[in-house]
Order: sequence, then structure tokens, then C-alpha cells
Amino acid sequence: MSMIDTLSHTAGARRELIAFRIGDQEFCVDIMQVREIRGWTACTPLPRTPSYMKGVINLRGAVLPIVDLGARLGLATTEPTARHVIMVVSVGGRTLGLLVEAVSDIINMSDDMVQPTPDVACDQVKTFVKGLFAIDGRMVSLISLDRVLPETEAEAA
Amino acid sequence: MDPFESIKQTFFQECDELLTDAEQGLLAMEAGDADGETINAVFRAVHSVKGGAGAFGLEDLIRFAHVFETVMDDLRSGKMELTDEVAKTLLRAFDVLADHVAAARDGGAVDEGRSAPILSEMKALIGGDGLDDDDLGGDEDFGFVPMTVAIEGDDAPAFDPPALDETPAAFEPLADLEPEPVSGARVWRIGFAPKSEMYAKANESGLVLRELARLGEMDVRLDADALPPLDQLSAETAYLHWTVLLTTEADEATIREVFEFVEDDCVLTIEPEDGQAAPPPPSSDLSDDALAAASADAPLDIAALLARVAGEAPTSEAVPEPVAEPEPAADLDVAALIAKAQAPIAPSAAAPAPKAEPIAKAAPPAGGGQAITPTATIRVDLDRVDRLINAVGELVIQQAMLSQQVMESGLARSSNVALGLEDLELLTREIQDSVMAIRAQPVKSVFQRMPRLAREVADMTGKRVKLVMEGEGTEVDKTVIERLTDPITHMLRNAIDHGLEDPEGRIAAGKPAEGVVRLRALHRGGRIVIELQDDGRGINRPRVRGIAVERGLISEDAVLSDEEIDNLIFQPGFSTAETISDISGRGVGMDVVRRSIQGLGGRITISSEPGKGSKFTMSLPLTLAVLDGMVVTAAEQTLVAPLSAIIESLTPRAEDVHFVGGKDAVIRIRETFVPLIDVGVALGFRETALPPGQGVAVLVESEGGGKAALLVEAIQGQRQVVIKSLEANYQQIDGIAAATILGDGRVALILDVDALVTTQHRRKPAPRAEKRMAG
Repeated sequence: MSMIDTLSHTAGARRELIAFRIGDQEFCVDIMQVREIRGWTACTPLPRTPSYMKGVINLRGAVLPIVDLGARLGLATTEPTARHVIMVVSVGGRTLGLLVEAVSDIINMSDDMVQPTPDVACDQVKTFVKGLFAIDGRMVSLISLDRVLPETEAEAA
Repeated sequence: MDPFESIKQTFFQECDELLTDAEQGLLAMEAGDADGETINAVFRAVHSVKGGAGAFGLEDLIRFAHVFETVMDDLRSGKMELTDEVAKTLLRAFDVLADHVAAARDGGAVDEGRSAPILSEMKALIGGDGLDDDDLGGDEDFGFVPMTVAIEGDDAPAFDPPALDETPAAFEPLADLEPEPVSGARVWRIGFAPKSEMYAKANESGLVLRELARLGEMDVRLDADALPPLDQLSAETAYLHWTVLLTTEADEATIREVFEFVEDDCVLTIEPEDGQAAPPPPSSDLSDDALAAASADAPLDIAALLARVAGEAPTSEAVPEPVAEPEPAADLDVAALIAKAQAPIAPSAAAPAPKAEPIAKAAPPAGGGQAITPTATIRVDLDRVDRLINAVGELVIQQAMLSQQVMESGLARSSNVALGLEDLELLTREIQDSVMAIRAQPVKSVFQRMPRLAREVADMTGKRVKLVMEGEGTEVDKTVIERLTDPITHMLRNAIDHGLEDPEGRIAAGKPAEGVVRLRALHRGGRIVIELQDDGRGINRPRVRGIAVERGLISEDAVLSDEEIDNLIFQPGFSTAETISDISGRGVGMDVVRRSIQGLGGRITISSEPGKGSKFTMSLPLTLAVLDGMVVTAAEQTLVAPLSAIIESLTPRAEDVHFVGGKDAVIRIRETFVPLIDVGVALGFRETALPPGQGVAVLVESEGGGKAALLVEAIQGQRQVVIKSLEANYQQIDGIAAATILGDGRVALILDVDALVTTQHRRKPAPRAEKRMAG
């Protein structure tokens, strides 16, 4: 279920979000989707995959695909360094890692604070950004992870 | 589960064991190394099957088993001679018996066309002797009723009084058949007091007495004193005793033999009457046993009985009596069982489970002697085992990583940490082996289907074959076992149908008329090896070659070694049978066998000697969770190629590499050209291939039989890797079979050789998404 659906059903409910930075933008996802946050480790690249697929890493014996979330959202491709982090999230029964620059905050907010995404041209923004809200003068985009992996994109097409 | 159903299931499980035993016995009989005990064992097994079948009213099965049993009985009594013909008939009859059991279990019926001829064949063996419809009918009429009663928990008057009347009537005419007592006969006094367990095992005193009557002239007196008034009568309790005066030439052992099946469940006294000493009444004998039993069991049984009685007779007067009377008390187990089975009536069913079990399992032990000593087992969900295996796999990797990190940190090898890690490593290995062993099962489950198959194929082809099996206890992963049946079945059919000559042909070739097929399993080098060897005609190489040319598999002037010709039979589209027989020519050829073996990460080879036979050798991994791989480097990536696909590796010389058309390279390996695939390029890791003459070429063969050379930068070595699915969290990737985790903790991809070898794959354009993202 996409997050925006959940939001509309339970307007006004409090929820916790994890905010993170990619470039100079700030995004957040529901904290319940985040399994763990770990430092960047080198990936094994996968052949014949879109460039935002960084590859796979070993997460305690499981093979975990890593998505460069910046590239996925249409921002610049991330050149990971030791300071970058991987957010391990579970989406639709799968576990995957999101490469982001840094985790910045844990936000406690209510659903009525979320404003709908303004009508912008970029497809990727429409696909992933489910709403915006302002906190301490910053703008944070709430994103949905449902279609982060390439094959879900293929299904939708 | 419905208790009746669960008992029935137990019966069928035991049927399987009994049938296996019977088959082994029959095979021994056929082989000619059967002694009296073997025949007895088969008899008891068949008898037990029949007995159990009676309890469930499986008429077809009973009827068939009864005839079978009668033949066995004649054999063991020496009335019939065990000839080769008899043994063969019995083996075929056994197959039908197994079908009957299967039909009874799964519902449905056995094809009468199969069952009837063999039935009459067996009847012909016995002649009219010892088997007429009365006999059979009588058997069914009262042979099994008590068991039915016991399970259904019918109430009081069910202990069929007809048996009282019928019993003498039934054996008297038979007694008449017997010639008059011959001189030298003695008179024996036999006290026979059945316990209720005897009836619970579907035995019947009437039959025993009738059997006894065959030995000579007898006089039977019934002692029904213990029979309580009707309202106190327990349906499952044995109340009746007999005293028999038997005039016979037979000695005590012979008489005792009549009681073979019931001896443990009755009180039996056999004394010569001329010894004057009147035998003590059976009931007093009973007391000792029963007293002991009563003291142990009484309280619980009474509780159960009370619970049962409470529903129907509020009076408790009847109840204490059985306590005082030790004899019925011993029998109340049955009541306890009923109380248990009818939980709604007896919620207080404190009757202990272990007690119910011996009764539920009653039928087979009736055979006595042949008790199968069960190893304690538990049933576990396969998922749980797999989760455990996964966890252990992670443990192994984690341990390897830790060791590597400790080494890199520069700690001395003699330091406590390093030593402790070594111990940890040993322990980890041991855990891994043990966990893998949980999934391992003996190949017996596959092998045991083969004797029957061999017989059927031999029958159909008119050949004579002896199947010798070895190493049935060899263990291999369950998933491997499941996928072994088809290839072995097919190869066995082939061996008999194509490999062996017909009896005349064999004799003409100076061989025994009966062909020998050997099926063998063994462990070798961490793999399981299965060999199938026949002593037939061997591969007819000129013919194989001719067919291969005809089918366009090879060119007419191709120079092939014997081995290469032999291997032609694995080519798709090759079938040597001139006439497609319905045994091995079902459109499945040896290529299918090879493909399924390779699908398991195995290899199959053949060696053959004209006139002496052929031998197929399959070598398979012990488990599908690990893979023997060759670790290679391509485009700076570490990759694993499955060892089962690799034929050889070589360093290509620049002059051996040629280009066909634009970019497609081929390499000359000895006299053949095979495509040269640069793995780095094929997987899209780099744009241009290694220049000719660099790197290492790994010659691989796909499951379809296509060969190609994979060009990589270097070979790192061989190792066993744990297979990890990519699909679990991502999706399938063309050219990649799975992933694994190497000792350094990095993920390495396992190559899908088949996909790489297929040309379409190499021509496939880069994925759409990548282009879009790039643009």
C-alpha cells in the first residue's frame, strides 16, 4: 500500500519519519519501513541493470540490492564515499538498500501537515514524491518506495 | 485428525514397510538363497497386510492377500516346492499386491485385467488344495470382525456369539478330511485362552482351532465360564477359553507352530495327555500375567471405562468387578483406546498415549519375530530445516570473514584469538555438516522402486534380468533424490530394453540367459556417484555412428574416438531403438537424462565394451544448496562458473582466435572451432573484449550440449560456494544464475553458462532503462 493512501485514510494521525539528505535536498520515508542504517560498503555490480542499480551487498548472508536513490529520483548519480550510508528498507516483502548521503533527522509529524506535491514536470518526482511539508524552515519531500526497483517500473509501464 | 483415519494411515505406513520386507524376501527366494525363515517372514508380512486390511474392510486387498498367503503357507509347510517359476509368479503377484495396497490407500481399484490372471495363476499353484471359497469366505466372515469392533467402539453385544457356534462347525468337516489317526499318534491336551490383544490383531481363535484340526483328530471343549451377563459384557474382551484334546502324530513343536501368530497374545498350554497331570485351567494361568498388568494399568483403565460407562449405564456396580477380576482388567486397554478415540464421550480420556499406540500398531507385530526396530524420528517442516540451513550458511560466511579480518589485523597465529577462531571454524564446519545431514536421505527410496520396474520391463521385452543393487543406504540431499527417480528409471529401462540381449541371444554369445544389471550408489569426493551397469551387448558403435550421420548430428567423414561415438547417444534427437518400443522410446532420449542430471549440477558419462556391456556413471552434488565452482575474474569482477559445466581451461594463443563476420570471435580448440565469449563484454561490464591471446579461456558445455569458450582475465581457483538467490530481493538477471558470498564477505555472481552460450543473449541490446537514464 502506498504511503499516501495510508495518510489519507488516517488524516491527523501522528507518525514518525526518517529524513535523509541527497545533495542539497531532504527526503523522508516512514520509519516503519526502515530496518537498519549502515555505512557504505563496496557493491558487487550487477550486469545489465539500470545505472541507478549500484549492485548487491552481503547483508548477513542475504543478497541485498542497492539502489542509488539520488539517481533513481533523477538527481545526480552518487559517487559513494565512506561517509555515505545505506538505509535498509523493506518494500513489498523485499529488502533493499538505499544509498543516501546522510540521515539527518527523525521527524514526528501529523498527516495534516503534508501538502500535496505541486504540479511539476518531472516524471520521477510524480512517481516517487507523495507530498511535501515544511519543518523548521526546511522543505522535506515524503517519498514512496513502492516503485524504486526497476521491475516494478516495468510492470507499471 | 479422525482417529480412525490416523490408524488407517499408520496401517498404510506399515504396509509399505511390510511390503518392502516381503519383496526382499521374495527376491531372496528368487535368487535361491531363501531359507525357511525367509519364507516365514514373507508369509508373516503378507498375513499382517491381510490382517490390517481386514480391519478396514478392504475386500479386494483381503481377497488377493489371502490367496498370496495361502501360497506362502503351502511353501513354508513344504506342500509346494519353491521353484523358479513359483518365485517369479510370486514376484509378479507381489507387484499386484502392492497395487492393491496403493489402490486401497488412494481410493480406486486395481485393474482387474492385471489382478485376475495372477490370482488364478496363484490358485493354480495351490490347486484346489487348502483354498476354496468356503475357506476364504469363512475367513472373512469372522476373521476380522473383532478388530472392526475395537476401532469403531461399537457397544456391548458385538463380540460375535456366532463365532461360538461357528467355530466347531467350521473345523469339523475339515477334520474329516484328515485321514484317520495313524498309529504312533499321541493325545495332547491343549489349553488355549486368547487374550483380547489377540483379537485386536485380527486373529481369530476359530481359525487357529481349524488349523489345529488339520493335525489330527480333536475334541474341543469350550469354557465360557468367564462370560459375564450381557449388560456387563465388554465387547473387546476375550472371555472364552478352549481345551482341546488332539490326537496326532505331530510333535509339540508342530502344534506350537499353529499358534505361531497368537502365542504372545494367549495363554497356551500344551501337554501330552498321557502325562496324567491335568493341565491347570487356562484361566488360572492367566491370572499371573493379568494381575501384574492390572496393578499397573487398572487405575487409568478404570477411569477410562468409567468415562465410557457414564454415558450409558449410570450404575457403577459393574465397574469395580473388572478390577477385582484381573483377567478383564488386562483387556481394558482397549476400552481406554476407545475412550480416547471417542473423546466427546470421554473427555476424561486420561488414557496415556503410549498405551494407545501398541494397539494402533497392532497389526504388523502380529507377525512376531520380524519386529522392525524403529529409530526414533520426528517430522519437521521442511521450511524450518531450510531456515536453519540458511542461518548456518551465514554463520559459515561470518566465521570466514572474521578469520580473515583477524589475520589482516596482524595478530599472531599463536594468539588466543587466532586459536579460538580455529576451534570456532571446526565447530562451524561440524554444525554445517550436521545440518546438511538433516536433509540427507538414503537413496533407498528411489532404488526400491527399481526391482519392480526391472521385472515389468523384462516381462514386456521377454528378457530375463536380475537387478543387483548396492549402496542403497548412501545419503544425498532430499531435493536431489526427488529428481533422481526419472533419470534412473529411464536408464534402467534403456539398459534392459537396449542393453541386454534376449535369452537366446545371450546363450548364443556364451553368456547366462539371465542378464545382470547392477545399480550402485556410493560417495566419492564429496559427490554421490550412481552407476548403472549391464552385461549386455554394449554400444553398437557402427550403428550409433550410422544413425548420427543419418540424423545429421555428425558429418559422414567425421573422425570420432570410441568415446565420442558412445557419447553421441546423449545428443538431442538421437534414439537407437530401431523400432520405437513403448518402453524406452517414449520420445525421451538419453539427452533428456543428461539434461536433468546437468540440471542438478551433475555429469553423466558412459563406458562400453562391445559384447560385454555398458556402464553409465552419474556424478551428482550431495546438495543443491552448495555448488562446486571455479572462481574467475572478468572485467575486474569476481565471478563463479559452475564446475559441472566446465570441460577444461586453456590459454588461448592469438593465432587460434579468429573472427567470423564482424565481431564474433571463435577459437580453435584442437580441430574444432567454438565461439569465444568475452564474459566481461557479454555481461556488459565493458565495451571491448580482451585482445586475442590474453586471458584464459574456459571451455564450457551448456545443458543443451552446445560448447563455447568463456574468456576471462584469470582463474582464481576452485571452491565450494553456497548458492544465494538473487530473486529473493531483486529479480532474475540474464546471464546470471544466482549469487554467492565469498570468504571476504563480498557477493560474487554465479554465471548462467547456458544463457551465456546462447547467441541471442550476446546480441541483446542494452536494457531500455539504462539508455533512458543515460539520455
